[in-house]
Amino acid sequence: MLVRYRGYQFLFEELVKRDFKTKYKRTILGMAWSMLSPLLTLLVMYFVFSRFFAAEIQHYVTYLFCGNLVFSFFSDATNQGMYALVANADIFSKVPVPKYLFLLSKSVQTLINFGLSLGIFFVFCLIDGVPFTWKFLLLLYPIGCVMVFNIGVGFILSALFVFFKDIQYLWSVFLQLLMYMSAIFYTIDHFPDRVQFLFNLNPVFVYIRFFRRLVIDSVVPSPQSFALAGFYAVAALLFGCWMYRHYNQRFLYYV
Amino acid sequence: MAVLDVSNVSIRYITGDFKDIGLKEFVVRKLKGNYHVNEFWADRHVTFSLDKGEMLGIVGTNGAGKSTLLKAVSGIMSPTEGWIRREGSIAALLELGSGFDGELTVKENTYLRGAMLGYTRAFMNETYAQIIDFAELRDFENRPFKHLSSGMKSRLAFSIASLVRPDILILDEVLSVGDGAFRKKSEAKMQEIIHGGATTILVSHSIEQVRSMCSKVLWLDHGRQVDYGDDVKGLCDRYQQFLDGKLKI
Repeated sequence: MLVRYRGYQFLFEELVKRDFKTKYKRTILGMAWSMLSPLLTLLVMYFVFSRFFAAEIQHYVTYLFCGNLVFSFFSDATNQGMYALVANADIFSKVPVPKYLFLLSKSVQTLINFGLSLGIFFVFCLIDGVPFTWKFLLLLYPIGCVMVFNIGVGFILSALFVFFKDIQYLWSVFLQLLMYMSAIFYTIDHFPDRVQFLFNLNPVFVYIRFFRRLVIDSVVPSPQSFALAGFYAVAALLFGCWMYRHYNQRFLYYV
Repeated sequence: MAVLDVSNVSIRYITGDFKDIGLKEFVVRKLKGNYHVNEFWADRHVTFSLDKGEMLGIVGTNGAGKSTLLKAVSGIMSPTEGWIRREGSIAALLELGSGFDGELTVKENTYLRGAMLGYTRAFMNETYAQIIDFAELRDFENRPFKHLSSGMKSRLAFSIASLVRPDILILDEVLSVGDGAFRKKSEAKMQEIIHGGATTILVSHSIEQVRSMCSKVLWLDHGRQVDYGDDVKGLCDRYQQFLDGKLKI
Protein backbone atom coordinates (compact mmCIF):
# COMPACT_ATOMS: atom_id res chain seq x y z
CA MET A 1 0.00 0.00 0.00
CA LEU A 2 2.75 2.41 1.00
CA VAL A 3 4.85 1.43 -1.98
CA ARG A 4 1.87 1.95 -4.23
CA TYR A 5 1.27 5.33 -2.65
CA ARG A 6 4.84 6.38 -3.30
CA GLY A 7 4.39 5.54 -6.96
CA TYR A 8 1.56 8.05 -7.15
CA GLN A 9 3.06 10.69 -4.90
CA PHE A 10 4.35 12.82 -7.75
CA LEU A 11 1.01 12.71 -9.54
CA PHE A 12 -0.80 13.56 -6.34
CA GLU A 13 1.41 16.58 -5.72
CA GLU A 14 0.89 17.81 -9.25
CA LEU A 15 -2.87 17.40 -8.94
CA VAL A 16 -2.89 19.38 -5.72
CA LYS A 17 -0.90 22.14 -7.38
CA ARG A 18 -3.24 22.16 -10.34
CA ASP A 19 -6.35 22.39 -8.15
CA PHE A 20 -4.79 25.13 -6.11
CA LYS A 21 -3.77 27.21 -9.08
CA THR A 22 -7.00 26.87 -11.00
CA LYS A 23 -9.04 27.61 -7.91
CA TYR A 24 -7.35 30.87 -7.02
CA LYS A 25 -6.46 31.80 -10.58
CA ARG A 26 -3.08 32.93 -9.31
CA THR A 27 -4.48 36.02 -7.66
CA ILE A 28 -4.07 37.18 -4.12
CA LEU A 29 -7.66 38.35 -4.37
CA GLY A 30 -8.83 34.84 -5.17
CA MET A 31 -7.42 33.62 -1.90
CA ALA A 32 -8.68 36.61 0.04
CA TRP A 33 -12.14 36.10 -1.39
CA SER A 34 -12.36 32.54 -0.17
CA MET A 35 -11.74 33.84 3.35
CA LEU A 36 -13.88 36.91 2.95
CA SER A 37 -17.07 35.15 1.91
CA PRO A 38 -17.50 33.19 5.19
CA LEU A 39 -16.73 36.40 7.07
CA LEU A 40 -19.50 38.22 5.23
CA THR A 41 -21.92 35.41 6.00
CA LEU A 42 -20.92 35.72 9.61
CA LEU A 43 -21.46 39.44 9.56
CA VAL A 44 -24.95 39.20 8.07
CA MET A 45 -25.94 36.46 10.45
CA TYR A 46 -24.67 38.45 13.37
CA PHE A 47 -26.68 41.55 12.44
CA VAL A 48 -29.83 39.57 11.83
CA PHE A 49 -29.78 37.13 14.70
CA SER A 50 -27.86 38.78 17.50
CA ARG A 51 -30.92 40.72 18.69
CA PHE A 52 -32.78 37.43 19.16
CA PHE A 53 -30.14 35.13 20.55
CA ALA A 54 -27.23 37.17 21.82
CA ALA A 55 -28.88 37.73 25.18
CA GLU A 56 -29.07 34.06 26.08
CA ILE A 57 -26.02 32.67 24.27
CA GLN A 58 -22.64 33.54 25.70
CA HIS A 59 -19.97 34.67 23.26
CA TYR A 60 -22.52 34.79 20.49
CA VAL A 61 -19.98 35.83 17.84
CA THR A 62 -17.80 32.83 18.60
CA TYR A 63 -20.89 30.64 18.80
CA LEU A 64 -21.94 31.73 15.32
CA PHE A 65 -18.44 31.42 13.96
CA CYS A 66 -18.08 27.83 15.23
CA GLY A 67 -21.23 26.90 13.35
CA ASN A 68 -20.24 28.73 10.19
CA LEU A 69 -16.69 27.44 10.24
CA VAL A 70 -17.64 23.79 10.41
CA PHE A 71 -20.62 24.09 8.11
CA SER A 72 -18.76 25.96 5.39
CA PHE A 73 -15.90 23.46 5.59
CA PHE A 74 -18.44 20.72 4.96
CA SER A 75 -20.39 22.50 2.22
CA ASP A 76 -17.23 23.70 0.50
CA ALA A 77 -15.61 20.27 0.50
CA THR A 78 -18.68 18.43 -0.69
CA ASN A 79 -19.67 20.99 -3.31
CA GLN A 80 -16.23 20.83 -4.84
CA GLY A 81 -15.67 17.16 -4.22
CA MET A 82 -18.77 16.32 -6.21
CA TYR A 83 -16.99 17.20 -9.44
CA ALA A 84 -13.81 15.28 -8.65
CA LEU A 85 -14.56 12.37 -10.98
CA VAL A 86 -16.45 14.05 -13.80
CA ALA A 87 -13.93 16.88 -14.13
CA ASN A 88 -11.09 14.38 -14.45
CA ALA A 89 -12.84 11.88 -16.71
CA ASP A 90 -10.43 12.79 -19.49
CA ILE A 91 -7.59 11.57 -17.35
CA PHE A 92 -8.81 8.35 -15.80
CA SER A 93 -10.34 7.08 -19.04
CA LYS A 94 -6.97 7.38 -20.77
CA VAL A 95 -4.39 6.63 -18.12
CA PRO A 96 -4.56 3.95 -15.46
CA VAL A 97 -4.59 6.02 -12.27
CA PRO A 98 -6.47 5.35 -9.04
CA LYS A 99 -9.62 7.45 -9.12
CA TYR A 100 -9.56 8.40 -5.45
CA LEU A 101 -6.53 10.64 -6.08
CA PHE A 102 -8.72 13.33 -7.62
CA LEU A 103 -10.96 13.70 -4.61
CA LEU A 104 -8.04 13.58 -2.20
CA SER A 105 -6.26 16.39 -4.01
CA LYS A 106 -9.44 18.46 -3.87
CA SER A 107 -9.59 17.75 -0.15
CA VAL A 108 -6.13 19.16 0.38
CA GLN A 109 -7.34 22.30 -1.32
CA THR A 110 -10.39 22.65 0.93
CA LEU A 111 -8.34 21.83 3.98
CA ILE A 112 -6.01 24.73 3.23
CA ASN A 113 -9.03 26.97 2.84
CA PHE A 114 -10.36 25.75 6.14
CA GLY A 115 -7.00 26.37 7.78
CA LEU A 116 -7.09 30.01 6.71
CA SER A 117 -10.60 30.44 8.12
CA LEU A 118 -9.50 28.73 11.31
CA GLY A 119 -6.79 31.34 11.74
CA ILE A 120 -9.35 34.12 11.50
CA PHE A 121 -11.58 32.19 13.87
CA PHE A 122 -8.88 32.27 16.55
CA VAL A 123 -8.48 36.01 16.08
CA PHE A 124 -12.22 36.42 16.65
CA CYS A 125 -12.05 34.22 19.75
CA LEU A 126 -9.38 36.53 21.08
CA ILE A 127 -11.40 39.65 20.37
CA ASP A 128 -14.50 38.02 21.83
CA GLY A 129 -12.61 37.36 25.07
CA VAL A 130 -12.76 33.57 24.92
CA PRO A 131 -10.05 32.16 27.18
CA PHE A 132 -7.47 30.07 25.34
CA THR A 133 -6.82 26.76 27.10
CA TRP A 134 -4.95 23.57 26.33
CA LYS A 135 -8.31 22.12 25.32
CA PHE A 136 -7.98 23.99 22.03
CA LEU A 137 -5.47 21.31 21.09
CA LEU A 138 -8.28 18.79 21.21
CA LEU A 139 -9.86 20.62 18.28
CA LEU A 140 -7.61 18.47 16.16
CA TYR A 141 -9.96 15.58 16.81
CA PRO A 142 -13.17 17.11 15.41
CA ILE A 143 -11.20 18.72 12.58
CA GLY A 144 -9.79 15.33 11.65
CA CYS A 145 -13.25 13.80 11.89
CA VAL A 146 -14.86 16.46 9.70
CA MET A 147 -12.10 16.04 7.16
CA VAL A 148 -12.58 12.27 6.97
CA PHE A 149 -16.34 12.74 6.92
CA ASN A 150 -16.00 15.24 4.06
CA ILE A 151 -13.86 12.83 2.10
CA GLY A 152 -16.38 10.05 2.63
CA VAL A 153 -19.33 12.18 1.55
CA GLY A 154 -17.21 13.52 -1.32
CA PHE A 155 -16.60 9.96 -2.55
CA ILE A 156 -20.32 9.22 -2.40
CA LEU A 157 -21.36 12.43 -4.13
CA SER A 158 -18.73 12.32 -6.84
CA ALA A 159 -19.72 8.74 -7.65
CA LEU A 160 -23.41 9.64 -7.75
CA PHE A 161 -22.68 12.70 -9.86
CA VAL A 162 -21.22 10.49 -12.58
CA PHE A 163 -24.56 8.71 -12.84
CA PHE A 164 -27.02 11.48 -12.06
CA LYS A 165 -26.19 15.03 -13.02
CA ASP A 166 -29.13 16.51 -11.13
CA ILE A 167 -27.49 15.53 -7.85
CA GLN A 168 -25.90 18.98 -7.82
CA TYR A 169 -29.30 20.69 -7.49
CA LEU A 170 -30.59 18.23 -4.96
CA TRP A 171 -27.44 18.65 -2.95
CA SER A 172 -27.65 22.44 -2.83
CA VAL A 173 -31.24 22.20 -1.61
CA PHE A 174 -30.20 19.61 0.93
CA LEU A 175 -27.35 21.81 2.15
CA GLN A 176 -29.76 24.67 2.64
CA LEU A 177 -31.98 22.49 4.81
CA LEU A 178 -29.02 21.12 6.66
CA MET A 179 -27.83 24.62 7.42
CA TYR A 180 -31.09 25.39 9.22
CA MET A 181 -31.02 22.10 11.06
CA SER A 182 -27.48 22.44 12.33
CA ALA A 183 -28.23 25.06 15.00
CA ILE A 184 -25.71 27.48 13.56
CA PHE A 185 -27.38 30.63 14.86
CA TYR A 186 -29.78 29.28 17.47
CA THR A 187 -29.55 26.99 20.46
CA ILE A 188 -31.37 23.71 20.84
CA ASP A 189 -31.81 24.10 24.59
CA HIS A 190 -35.49 25.05 24.34
CA PHE A 191 -36.50 21.94 22.43
CA PRO A 192 -37.93 18.99 24.36
CA ASP A 193 -35.33 16.37 25.29
CA ARG A 194 -36.52 13.97 22.65
CA VAL A 195 -36.05 16.55 19.87
CA GLN A 196 -32.67 17.51 21.24
CA PHE A 197 -31.67 13.90 21.01
CA LEU A 198 -32.70 13.80 17.34
CA PHE A 199 -30.07 16.45 16.60
CA ASN A 200 -27.48 13.74 17.18
CA LEU A 201 -28.54 12.27 13.85
CA ASN A 202 -27.02 15.26 12.10
CA PRO A 203 -23.27 14.71 11.83
CA VAL A 204 -22.59 18.36 11.03
CA PHE A 205 -24.38 19.43 14.18
CA VAL A 206 -22.40 16.88 16.19
CA TYR A 207 -19.15 18.39 14.93
CA ILE A 208 -20.31 21.95 15.55
CA ARG A 209 -21.30 21.07 19.11
CA PHE A 210 -17.93 19.43 19.63
CA PHE A 211 -16.24 22.67 18.59
CA ARG A 212 -18.38 24.78 20.87
CA ARG A 213 -17.86 22.55 23.87
CA LEU A 214 -14.10 22.85 23.52
CA VAL A 215 -13.91 26.54 22.60
CA ILE A 216 -16.72 28.27 24.43
CA ASP A 217 -17.49 25.97 27.36
CA SER A 218 -13.90 24.85 27.71
CA VAL A 219 -15.15 21.36 28.50
CA VAL A 220 -13.81 18.09 27.16
CA PRO A 221 -16.81 16.36 25.54
CA SER A 222 -18.00 13.00 26.80
CA PRO A 223 -16.54 9.76 25.46
CA GLN A 224 -19.90 9.20 23.73
CA SER A 225 -19.38 12.44 21.81
CA PHE A 226 -15.93 11.31 20.75
CA ALA A 227 -17.33 7.98 19.64
CA LEU A 228 -20.24 9.53 17.74
CA ALA A 229 -17.99 12.00 15.92
CA GLY A 230 -15.61 9.22 14.96
CA PHE A 231 -18.43 6.90 13.96
CA TYR A 232 -19.92 9.30 11.41
CA ALA A 233 -16.53 9.96 9.86
CA VAL A 234 -15.59 6.30 9.53
CA ALA A 235 -19.06 5.26 8.34
CA ALA A 236 -19.08 7.89 5.58
CA LEU A 237 -15.56 6.98 4.52
CA LEU A 238 -16.25 3.25 4.41
CA PHE A 239 -19.42 3.72 2.41
CA GLY A 240 -17.63 6.08 0.01
CA CYS A 241 -14.76 3.65 -0.49
CA TRP A 242 -17.23 0.86 -1.09
CA MET A 243 -18.94 2.91 -3.79
CA TYR A 244 -15.67 3.64 -5.55
CA ARG A 245 -14.68 0.01 -5.43
CA HIS A 246 -18.08 -1.26 -6.50
CA TYR A 247 -18.61 1.19 -9.36
CA ASN A 248 -14.96 1.49 -10.42
CA GLN A 249 -15.72 -0.18 -13.75
CA ARG A 250 -19.11 1.40 -14.30
CA PHE A 251 -17.73 4.96 -14.15
CA LEU A 252 -16.04 4.32 -17.48
CA TYR A 253 -19.33 3.62 -19.25
CA TYR A 254 -20.74 6.97 -18.28
CA VAL A 255 -17.91 9.32 -19.17
CA MET B 1 8.42 -16.51 -21.48
CA ALA B 2 5.59 -14.24 -22.53
CA VAL B 3 5.66 -10.64 -21.39
CA LEU B 4 1.97 -10.21 -22.01
CA ASP B 5 -0.67 -12.90 -21.84
CA VAL B 6 -4.24 -12.18 -22.76
CA SER B 7 -6.35 -15.23 -22.20
CA ASN B 8 -9.92 -15.64 -23.36
CA VAL B 9 -10.74 -12.04 -22.51
CA SER B 10 -14.30 -10.81 -22.87
CA ILE B 11 -15.38 -7.30 -22.00
CA ARG B 12 -18.97 -6.33 -21.55
CA TYR B 13 -20.03 -2.81 -22.31
CA ILE B 14 -23.34 -1.13 -21.77
CA THR B 15 -25.11 1.44 -23.88
CA GLY B 16 -28.57 2.85 -23.73
CA ASP B 17 -30.37 5.93 -22.58
CA PHE B 18 -28.88 5.91 -19.11
CA LYS B 19 -26.49 8.79 -19.64
CA ASP B 20 -27.41 12.25 -18.41
CA ILE B 21 -30.93 11.30 -17.45
CA GLY B 22 -30.79 12.49 -13.87
CA LEU B 23 -32.09 10.88 -10.74
CA LYS B 24 -35.70 11.94 -11.20
CA GLU B 25 -35.90 10.57 -14.72
CA PHE B 26 -34.18 7.39 -13.58
CA VAL B 27 -36.70 6.76 -10.81
CA VAL B 28 -39.65 7.52 -13.08
CA ARG B 29 -38.40 5.18 -15.77
CA LYS B 30 -37.62 2.43 -13.28
CA LEU B 31 -41.15 2.67 -11.93
CA LYS B 32 -42.71 2.62 -15.38
CA GLY B 33 -40.43 -0.20 -16.38
CA ASN B 34 -39.03 1.50 -19.45
CA TYR B 35 -35.48 1.91 -18.30
CA HIS B 36 -33.48 0.11 -20.95
CA VAL B 37 -29.83 -0.64 -20.91
CA ASN B 38 -28.28 -2.72 -23.65
CA GLU B 39 -25.39 -4.89 -22.72
CA PHE B 40 -23.12 -6.08 -25.44
CA TRP B 41 -19.75 -7.67 -25.70
CA ALA B 42 -17.17 -5.19 -26.93
CA ASP B 43 -14.69 -8.04 -26.98
CA ARG B 44 -15.42 -11.73 -26.92
CA HIS B 45 -12.94 -14.51 -26.25
CA VAL B 46 -9.80 -12.67 -27.29
CA THR B 47 -6.59 -14.56 -26.77
CA PHE B 48 -3.05 -13.65 -27.65
CA SER B 49 0.37 -13.55 -26.12
CA LEU B 50 3.50 -11.56 -26.83
CA ASP B 51 7.13 -12.28 -26.14
CA LYS B 52 9.72 -9.68 -25.38
CA GLY B 53 10.40 -7.35 -28.30
CA GLU B 54 7.50 -8.55 -30.39
CA MET B 55 5.15 -6.13 -32.05
CA LEU B 56 1.48 -6.84 -32.44
CA GLY B 57 -0.69 -5.01 -34.91
CA ILE B 58 -4.40 -4.92 -34.21
CA VAL B 59 -6.61 -4.38 -37.23
CA GLY B 60 -10.34 -4.13 -37.61
CA THR B 61 -13.02 -1.73 -38.70
CA ASN B 62 -14.62 0.87 -36.43
CA GLY B 63 -16.43 -0.68 -33.50
CA ALA B 64 -14.37 -3.84 -33.64
CA GLY B 65 -13.41 -3.50 -29.99
CA LYS B 66 -9.81 -2.38 -30.48
CA SER B 67 -9.85 0.57 -28.13
CA THR B 68 -11.70 -1.33 -25.44
CA LEU B 69 -9.18 -4.13 -25.67
CA LEU B 70 -6.32 -1.65 -25.29
CA LYS B 71 -7.99 -0.18 -22.23
CA ALA B 72 -8.14 -3.61 -20.68
CA VAL B 73 -4.54 -4.40 -21.55
CA SER B 74 -3.32 -1.10 -20.11
CA GLY B 75 -5.30 -1.58 -16.92
CA ILE B 76 -7.84 1.22 -17.29
CA MET B 77 -10.61 -1.36 -17.48
CA SER B 78 -10.66 -4.88 -16.22
CA PRO B 79 -12.00 -7.74 -18.31
CA THR B 80 -15.44 -9.09 -17.50
CA GLU B 81 -14.21 -12.61 -18.20
CA GLY B 82 -10.80 -14.09 -18.77
CA TRP B 83 -7.54 -12.72 -17.51
CA ILE B 84 -4.57 -10.60 -18.50
CA ARG B 85 -1.08 -11.09 -17.19
CA ARG B 86 1.52 -8.39 -17.66
CA GLU B 87 5.16 -8.39 -16.82
CA GLY B 88 6.97 -5.11 -16.29
CA SER B 89 5.90 -1.55 -16.74
CA ILE B 90 3.29 -0.56 -19.24
CA ALA B 91 2.59 2.72 -20.98
CA ALA B 92 -0.47 3.42 -23.05
CA LEU B 93 -0.40 6.38 -25.37
CA LEU B 94 -4.08 6.77 -26.10
CA GLU B 95 -5.48 9.99 -27.50
CA LEU B 96 -2.54 12.15 -26.55
CA GLY B 97 -4.28 15.51 -26.81
CA SER B 98 -6.75 15.10 -23.96
CA GLY B 99 -6.28 15.50 -20.24
CA PHE B 100 -4.47 18.82 -20.29
CA ASP B 101 -5.68 21.77 -18.27
CA GLY B 102 -6.11 24.95 -20.29
CA GLU B 103 -5.61 27.25 -17.32
CA LEU B 104 -2.20 25.92 -16.37
CA THR B 105 0.98 26.98 -18.11
CA VAL B 106 2.79 24.81 -20.58
CA LYS B 107 5.42 23.97 -17.99
CA GLU B 108 2.89 22.98 -15.35
CA ASN B 109 1.01 20.86 -17.83
CA THR B 110 4.22 19.14 -18.82
CA TYR B 111 4.88 18.11 -15.24
CA LEU B 112 1.28 17.03 -14.72
CA ARG B 113 1.32 14.90 -17.82
CA GLY B 114 4.68 13.43 -16.87
CA ALA B 115 3.22 12.46 -13.51
CA MET B 116 0.28 10.79 -15.22
CA LEU B 117 2.60 8.75 -17.38
CA GLY B 118 4.34 7.53 -14.26
CA TYR B 119 7.58 9.49 -14.48
CA THR B 120 9.27 10.66 -11.31
CA ARG B 121 9.88 14.28 -10.37
CA ALA B 122 13.63 13.80 -10.63
CA PHE B 123 13.20 12.42 -14.13
CA MET B 124 11.04 15.37 -15.13
CA ASN B 125 13.52 17.91 -13.77
CA GLU B 126 16.21 16.20 -15.75
CA THR B 127 14.36 15.92 -19.04
CA TYR B 128 12.15 18.99 -18.97
CA ALA B 129 14.49 21.09 -21.12
CA GLN B 130 14.75 18.26 -23.61
CA ILE B 131 10.95 17.96 -23.85
CA ILE B 132 10.42 21.66 -24.43
CA ASP B 133 13.16 21.81 -27.01
CA PHE B 134 11.86 18.80 -28.84
CA ALA B 135 8.38 20.32 -28.93
CA GLU B 136 9.89 23.65 -30.05
CA LEU B 137 7.92 25.50 -27.40
CA ARG B 138 10.74 27.25 -25.58
CA ASP B 139 9.08 30.66 -26.06
CA PHE B 140 5.77 29.44 -24.71
CA GLU B 141 6.69 27.61 -21.53
CA ASN B 142 5.05 30.12 -19.20
CA ARG B 143 2.00 30.78 -21.32
CA PRO B 144 -1.37 29.25 -20.47
CA PHE B 145 -1.89 26.02 -22.30
CA LYS B 146 -5.13 27.25 -23.89
CA HIS B 147 -3.19 29.86 -25.88
CA LEU B 148 -1.39 27.17 -27.86
CA SER B 149 -2.52 26.15 -31.31
CA SER B 150 -3.74 22.59 -31.70
CA GLY B 151 -0.57 21.68 -33.56
CA MET B 152 1.54 22.93 -30.67
CA LYS B 153 -0.58 21.00 -28.20
CA SER B 154 -0.08 17.73 -29.97
CA ARG B 155 3.63 18.46 -30.34
CA LEU B 156 3.92 18.92 -26.61
CA ALA B 157 1.87 15.83 -25.89
CA PHE B 158 4.03 13.78 -28.19
CA SER B 159 7.29 15.12 -26.77
CA ILE B 160 6.33 14.21 -23.23
CA ALA B 161 5.08 10.79 -24.21
CA SER B 162 8.09 10.03 -26.35
CA LEU B 163 10.32 9.72 -23.30
CA VAL B 164 8.60 6.57 -22.10
CA ARG B 165 10.77 3.53 -21.92
CA PRO B 166 8.24 0.91 -20.84
CA ASP B 167 8.45 -2.85 -21.12
CA ILE B 168 5.10 -2.84 -22.87
CA LEU B 169 4.09 0.02 -25.11
CA ILE B 170 0.57 0.57 -26.38
CA LEU B 171 0.02 2.85 -29.33
CA ASP B 172 -3.33 3.97 -30.63
CA GLU B 173 -2.54 5.69 -33.91
CA VAL B 174 -0.04 8.10 -32.49
CA LEU B 175 2.95 7.33 -34.59
CA SER B 176 3.50 10.86 -35.75
CA VAL B 177 2.04 14.28 -35.27
CA GLY B 178 2.42 17.83 -36.49
CA ASP B 179 3.47 19.41 -39.74
CA GLY B 180 6.12 18.29 -42.20
CA ALA B 181 9.33 18.83 -40.27
CA PHE B 182 7.94 17.74 -36.94
CA ARG B 183 6.25 14.71 -38.46
CA LYS B 184 9.62 13.45 -39.65
CA LYS B 185 11.21 14.07 -36.29
CA SER B 186 8.40 12.36 -34.40
CA GLU B 187 8.40 9.37 -36.69
CA ALA B 188 12.09 8.89 -36.12
CA LYS B 189 11.55 9.18 -32.37
CA MET B 190 8.79 6.61 -32.46
CA GLN B 191 10.94 4.16 -34.37
CA GLU B 192 13.63 4.66 -31.77
CA ILE B 193 11.24 3.74 -28.96
CA ILE B 194 9.86 0.74 -30.78
CA HIS B 195 13.31 -0.56 -31.57
CA GLY B 196 14.39 0.09 -28.01
CA GLY B 197 13.24 -3.43 -27.21
CA ALA B 198 9.77 -2.68 -25.92
CA THR B 199 7.00 -5.12 -26.58
CA THR B 200 4.56 -3.08 -28.58
CA ILE B 201 0.90 -3.18 -29.47
CA LEU B 202 -0.08 -0.99 -32.37
CA VAL B 203 -3.59 -0.18 -33.46
CA SER B 204 -3.55 1.15 -36.95
CA HIS B 205 -5.81 1.74 -39.87
CA SER B 206 -2.84 1.67 -42.19
CA ILE B 207 -2.27 -1.88 -43.34
CA GLU B 208 1.04 -0.86 -44.84
CA GLN B 209 2.28 0.22 -41.45
CA VAL B 210 1.23 -3.09 -39.93
CA ARG B 211 2.83 -5.05 -42.73
CA SER B 212 6.16 -3.34 -42.44
CA MET B 213 6.47 -3.14 -38.68
CA CYS B 214 4.55 -5.90 -36.92
CA SER B 215 5.57 -9.44 -36.22
CA LYS B 216 2.08 -10.57 -35.28
CA VAL B 217 -1.40 -9.51 -36.24
CA LEU B 218 -4.70 -9.68 -34.41
CA TRP B 219 -7.86 -9.13 -36.45
CA LEU B 220 -11.01 -8.17 -34.63
CA ASP B 221 -14.49 -7.73 -36.00
CA HIS B 222 -17.41 -6.67 -33.83
CA GLY B 223 -15.57 -7.89 -30.77
CA ARG B 224 -14.91 -11.28 -32.27
CA GLN B 225 -11.39 -12.52 -32.81
CA VAL B 226 -11.40 -13.32 -36.53
CA ASP B 227 -7.79 -14.29 -36.83
CA TYR B 228 -4.51 -14.11 -35.01
CA GLY B 229 -1.02 -15.25 -35.86
CA ASP B 230 2.46 -14.42 -37.00
CA ASP B 231 1.73 -14.89 -40.69
CA VAL B 232 1.64 -11.14 -41.12
CA LYS B 233 1.56 -11.16 -44.90
CA GLY B 234 -1.22 -13.72 -45.25
CA LEU B 235 -3.33 -12.09 -42.58
CA CYS B 236 -2.97 -8.61 -43.99
CA ASP B 237 -3.82 -9.90 -47.48
CA ARG B 238 -7.00 -11.48 -46.20
CA TYR B 239 -7.91 -8.37 -44.21
CA GLN B 240 -7.39 -6.25 -47.33
CA GLN B 241 -9.66 -8.60 -49.30
CA PHE B 242 -12.24 -8.29 -46.58
CA LEU B 243 -12.05 -4.50 -46.75
CA ASP B 244 -12.45 -4.67 -50.52
CA GLY B 245 -15.57 -6.76 -50.03
CA LYS B 246 -14.09 -9.82 -51.68
CA LEU B 247 -13.98 -11.90 -48.54
CA LYS B 248 -16.83 -12.68 -46.21
CA ILE B 249 -16.17 -13.62 -42.62
